[in-house]
Amino acid sequence: MSGFLAQYGGEIAELTVEHLWLTGAAMLFATAIAVPVGVWLTRRPRWAKPVIGVANVLQTIPSLAMFGFLLPLPWLGERAARVAIIALTAYALLPILRNTYAGIQGIDRSLIEVARALGLTDAQRFFKVELPLAASFILAGLRTATVTCVGIATIAAAVGAGGLGELIFRGVASVDNRLVLAGAIPAALLALVCDGALGLMERWFRIPAPGTAA
Amino acid sequence: MSVAIEFRNVCFATAEGRLLLDGISLAVEEGTTTAVLGRSGSGKTTLLRTVNRMVEPTSGEVLVSGRSVREADLIALRRSIGYVIQETGLFPHMMAERDVALVLEAESRPREERVRRSRALLGAVGLEPEQFAGRYPHQLSGGQRQRVGLARALAAEPGVLLMDEPFGALDPLTRAEMQDMMRGLMARLKKTVLLVTHDLAEALYLGDRIVLLSAGKLVANLGPEEFLRSQQPEVEEYVRAFHRGEERAAEEKRA
Repeated sequence: MSGFLAQYGGEIAELTVEHLWLTGAAMLFATAIAVPVGVWLTRRPRWAKPVIGVANVLQTIPSLAMFGFLLPLPWLGERAARVAIIALTAYALLPILRNTYAGIQGIDRSLIEVARALGLTDAQRFFKVELPLAASFILAGLRTATVTCVGIATIAAAVGAGGLGELIFRGVASVDNRLVLAGAIPAALLALVCDGALGLMERWFRIPAPGTAA
Repeated sequence: MSVAIEFRNVCFATAEGRLLLDGISLAVEEGTTTAVLGRSGSGKTTLLRTVNRMVEPTSGEVLVSGRSVREADLIALRRSIGYVIQETGLFPHMMAERDVALVLEAESRPREERVRRSRALLGAVGLEPEQFAGRYPHQLSGGQRQRVGLARALAAEPGVLLMDEPFGALDPLTRAEMQDMMRGLMARLKKTVLLVTHDLAEALYLGDRIVLLSAGKLVANLGPEEFLRSQQPEVEEYVRAFHRGEERAAEEKRA
């Protein structure tokens, strides 16, 4: 065991960092797209169904197929990491989009009315009222997306994008369970850590319900 | 005395064509409190909301201080009019101190001024600032929440105050306390108040004038004393419902 770690420890650490980088970059892109689009949908609810529908369809594409589709595309295909990040972004869109939309739509209408009646501008209403009240919801979407992406990122190794999937694929190919576990265990731990950390943030932003004891 | 709010033949129909306000004309004198009384669905809330343009009349005109609200800048108009609604109006993520001064925050006034004003107002509505400034709505009782809501409506020193059943959700004793505070405050501040209520006792206690709406029409505009003596059927109906309990108790005594 210690011999195994001595041999592979450095590589595991390196691949974990790579794994985090793929997932992290995808989450940044997905958030940058899905949060503004989700907010826009609350202003144009007519579009909510079709747009969320598209995100839903993206979600149903099998991951291996998704990586395969993107690989032959120009520019994207030149670097496996680009393919991986774009694919992961596509998967992360739905949970963030859906939660942003639902989080803002779910705010008590009378609070929005009051914000308008007090004379807050649209931007002030968004930043001072809607965003803080929807924050824990949006973070919950981000958390689901992150955990999903940490898992899917292991498959990115199939197109040579690296990450912990590298060890898993190599282990499978050489029938070496130790190698498979050397990829799978850190990936699972990573998912748990992300889940826990984002869960804490989510709790931090949660709004206490009115009427829960003075 | 000059007229602070004037409704000129105001009509409002919903998109489906239901007429909620049917030719309302009414002048509210500066510094007075007008109670708008009526059943649920009589149009009283809609009428109130035409003043700060939360509702745009289908026809007719609303004037505040002689100026049509349609010509005013929407944001400036709303900031210059205090607005209090029932129970749910406080933001659950804001401490009382911030919520009260939110309009000042929206106007980018310095923090120090906001805190000072907010604390003074909390004191004015009977909430010890030291104790209540840092509380969230869920840490306040219903009456305290309503006081914070009132303080918030006063923050920008509005000349006009719109109150939509502000004390409707409170128990009778808390409501009475709030009404007392309200009377004291209004005697001092001389605001023009439009108070929507379905409670005749409240209308009599707080109103200088009582306006009765029925199915979108203004059916009476009387002083409290006249209102009780009025022979008008719609008014009598309301007054009778108000006295029912006393009459029943009196019958009991006679029997």
